[in-house]
Amino acid sequence: MRPAKRVNVAAAVVLAISLAGAVKMLFAIERVQLRPEAQQALYIRSPKVLRRLSLGYTGLLADIYWTRAVQYFGAQHHRGSGDYRLLAPLLRVATELDPHLLPPYQFGANFLGPQPPNGAGLPGDALALLKYGIRYNPDQWRLYYNLGFLYYTEFKDYAKAAETFERGAQLPVTNKFMPVLAARMAQHAGEFDTARMLWYTTYQSTKEAAIRENAVAHLRALQVDEEVTRLEEVVEKYRQQTGHLPASMGDLERAGFIHGTPVDPTGHAYKLMPSGRIEVDDPQRILFITKGLSPGMASPVPKPVSGPDTK
Amino acid sequence: MNSRIGYVAFNTFREAVRDRVLYNLIAFAVLLSGAAVLVGEISIDIERLVVVNLGLTAVSLFGVVIAIFMGIGLVSKEIEKRTLYTVLSRPLRRWEFVVGKFFGLTGTLIVNTLFMAIGVFLALLYVAHKFSPADLWVLVALYFIVLEFLIVCALALFFSSFSTPVMSALFTFALFVIGSLAEDLRGFAQLTLGAAGALATGIAYVVPNFSALNIINEAAHGDPVPGRLILYNTAYALLYSAMTISGAVLIFQRRNLK
Repeated sequence: MRPAKRVNVAAAVVLAISLAGAVKMLFAIERVQLRPEAQQALYIRSPKVLRRLSLGYTGLLADIYWTRAVQYFGAQHHRGSGDYRLLAPLLRVATELDPHLLPPYQFGANFLGPQPPNGAGLPGDALALLKYGIRYNPDQWRLYYNLGFLYYTEFKDYAKAAETFERGAQLPVTNKFMPVLAARMAQHAGEFDTARMLWYTTYQSTKEAAIRENAVAHLRALQVDEEVTRLEEVVEKYRQQTGHLPASMGDLERAGFIHGTPVDPTGHAYKLMPSGRIEVDDPQRILFITKGLSPGMASPVPKPVSGPDTK
Repeated sequence: MNSRIGYVAFNTFREAVRDRVLYNLIAFAVLLSGAAVLVGEISIDIERLVVVNLGLTAVSLFGVVIAIFMGIGLVSKEIEKRTLYTVLSRPLRRWEFVVGKFFGLTGTLIVNTLFMAIGVFLALLYVAHKFSPADLWVLVALYFIVLEFLIVCALALFFSSFSTPVMSALFTFALFVIGSLAEDLRGFAQLTLGAAGALATGIAYVVPNFSALNIINEAAHGDPVPGRLILYNTAYALLYSAMTISGAVLIFQRRNLK
């Protein structure tokens, strides 16, 4: 073999072996953790400092921080850690770098507001975020919608929710449900209808699959809650008329209170318990329901999935 | 080491000294002593942190800049000055020239880092009045920085074996930035599915991983570094450098120098 060819072969062999060895070492390095929390540090929390460091490219940096917020929330949610301490600062940095970037307000409030495991359980931070968003984007009806929704679901403050929906309804470009929502909040009545309309508007106003799935799950849960409430009212009417509780759904049907066997959205028949309560067949199949559960049972929520990175 | 490689390496080092590369030490000394004195005046209880953070960051950045700007010129300058033809007309093989240049450049950076390390420890002594066991991790962090230089030198040499100096600098700097964000890159790759995920994972493992070599923050806080990490990082840097230099040799062997 010629010396030049020998060098080429030797170099190619060294290259291949080194590449394989380097990748193998990288796998080994990944297993050595120094301080896990160091991976999730937010080194610069000041948007002013970041604005200077970005050399004017604040839009791109805001996009990066919003992406970091999404990844952070997703990773913490996936692990079920319940520790969301960096979420609000990440969202604040993203929105202060670019106050007109709307997704951090709309989705960020959804991340921050709800109680764990669905969200970070930080409704105060969600409120501050949306108010900041409205200050810089006063013509965006979605932000008023998100704020009204937050007042309604997390703070149960119907007056403020009504006022916020009303402000959103008066914008030149708005959603047709906004005035209706404002009126319903003001009346503080028709709980199921109002909640249904809120979740329906959420479903309608986003293209994000995860948000839409969440809205569908809530709409399904509302249907169950409403049907269980109605069936329990029917059982009570039956008891008042006959002096005893019905033994089965058939008794209610024969007495003309219902037509056919009522089924939940998963196609399973509702169960009539000896105490007269109505229960769903398998509560774990219908998330977020608050009625139709066994006594003492908590409302079923999505289970966190333990990933391989969970330590 | 083969004496011909040693000769090329020594001449590369001598040339770097002649080019006043080590003058960066003056800037480093001014920066560090200024920080050591000033921080005590304007802040509370972070003197040691600032000396370690600023000192190690400066060692790393100064070294990377030197590695890039010297590395990219190692081959092209020899061609431009036509000295390469004289060198290769002697009993010196092309691969020996490439490997010798690599050792010369890394040797320059090691000497440079040695002086800077003395500066960091003197500044530490000035602010803390004594050394502590936690300072050992500063030494480990400095060692990791030297490993970082090995990879950057190899990359700069690799690109300079086939590209222009400006493009080589751009490529090397881009890979340095990407490699510094390697952990984020792998995190994103894990969250991506399908073919895009496989591609992202492949890229994430092939680009140099500088993030594992950066333990400046841990050293500043006195966090211990596992012995395994020192071993793995050493093996990784040596293997990655060997891989890159092999690539440079392969290209340089085939390069038409006429």
